[in-house]
Amino acid sequence: MTFINYAAREINCKIVYYGPGLCGKTTNLQYIYDRTNPAAKGKLISLATETDRTLFFDFLPLDLGTVKGFKTRFHLYTVPGQVFYDASRKLILKGVDGVVFVADSQEARMEANVESIRNLDRNLKDQGYDIATVPYVLQFNKRDLPTAMPADDMYRRLNIKREPTFEAVAPTGAGVFDTLKAVARQVLMDLKKH
Amino acid sequence: MSLPDLVLYDEEFRRIKDSLQRLASDANANVVFLVDKNGQQIAAVGDLQTLDTTSLASLTAGNVAATDGLARLIGEKEFSILFHEGERDNIHISIVAQRVILVVIFDERTSLGLVRLRVRRAMSELEKIFEDIAGKAEKEKQALQADFDSPFAEITDEDIDRLFAE
Repeated sequence: MTFINYAAREINCKIVYYGPGLCGKTTNLQYIYDRTNPAAKGKLISLATETDRTLFFDFLPLDLGTVKGFKTRFHLYTVPGQVFYDASRKLILKGVDGVVFVADSQEARMEANVESIRNLDRNLKDQGYDIATVPYVLQFNKRDLPTAMPADDMYRRLNIKREPTFEAVAPTGAGVFDTLKAVARQVLMDLKKH
Repeated sequence: MSLPDLVLYDEEFRRIKDSLQRLASDANANVVFLVDKNGQQIAAVGDLQTLDTTSLASLTAGNVAATDGLARLIGEKEFSILFHEGERDNIHISIVAQRVILVVIFDERTSLGLVRLRVRRAMSELEKIFEDIAGKAEKEKQALQADFDSPFAEITDEDIDRLFAE
């Protein structure tokens, strides 16, 4: 749900980073946070366990500039990837405008990627969305690992609707902003339909 | 074709701010703000300089969402009031019209009783405003479906590229 405030001339959009446990959702946000001009960002909030596993969500507000005279504010959230946090994941999808699916490129995690996409599909449905129409971008993270699967194979298994797909190495930032930009583009272009 | 769920125009925004302002002064609270259930801040009044209201909004919504989940687990529809007591400051959270969250931050200069009393009055004001907003949105929706000149109808790829040009 995009929140358009005509009084303050602001558009607020919510982007959620989804994916299996340890795929690098928080790392994506961390890189965006580190590389953004301090005036354009708020605090990065991480509700994590002592071992840095996301417990509830990470949250990063970003001001990207203006479009048609409206200030665009993006609220980036991650979900906890671990299977048993499903109730929390569902809550975070509430009011989502765009989803980034972060897939782990390691062959051993392919089943977890597939299961997580299925879980996303189900949870979106529960919130009244359809994965076929919601702005959606796919990211193949951890491309630098020797155990990474060929991107073509991953594309065949994980791409569901020819969504824009990016290869990434989140700690170094490769592909991170391309992914964000692609999902922001879809969300803003979606406003045209309103 | 769908419309964004929440569109706020000047008039309602002013009415909301007035109502929050009145609540802040009547209850002698430090900060009063309104967030929608998705974590977007709608309006805030009071001593905001030292507060990160964006983070507050998102955490409040997370808190309410988690508590809603708990409520449903035990067969309740929602817990309509949450209260967090600190050493100096306290937070009083209530749900308005089942969709927005009213947050009052206060300290020892006032009391929980007074805050609750004033919040109740503010809530009925705010409920009325949100009813009006919903009514207006419905009317606009019908009008817009015929002919709508959204400022976003003309968004181009270049507009979006510009956002990311650092």
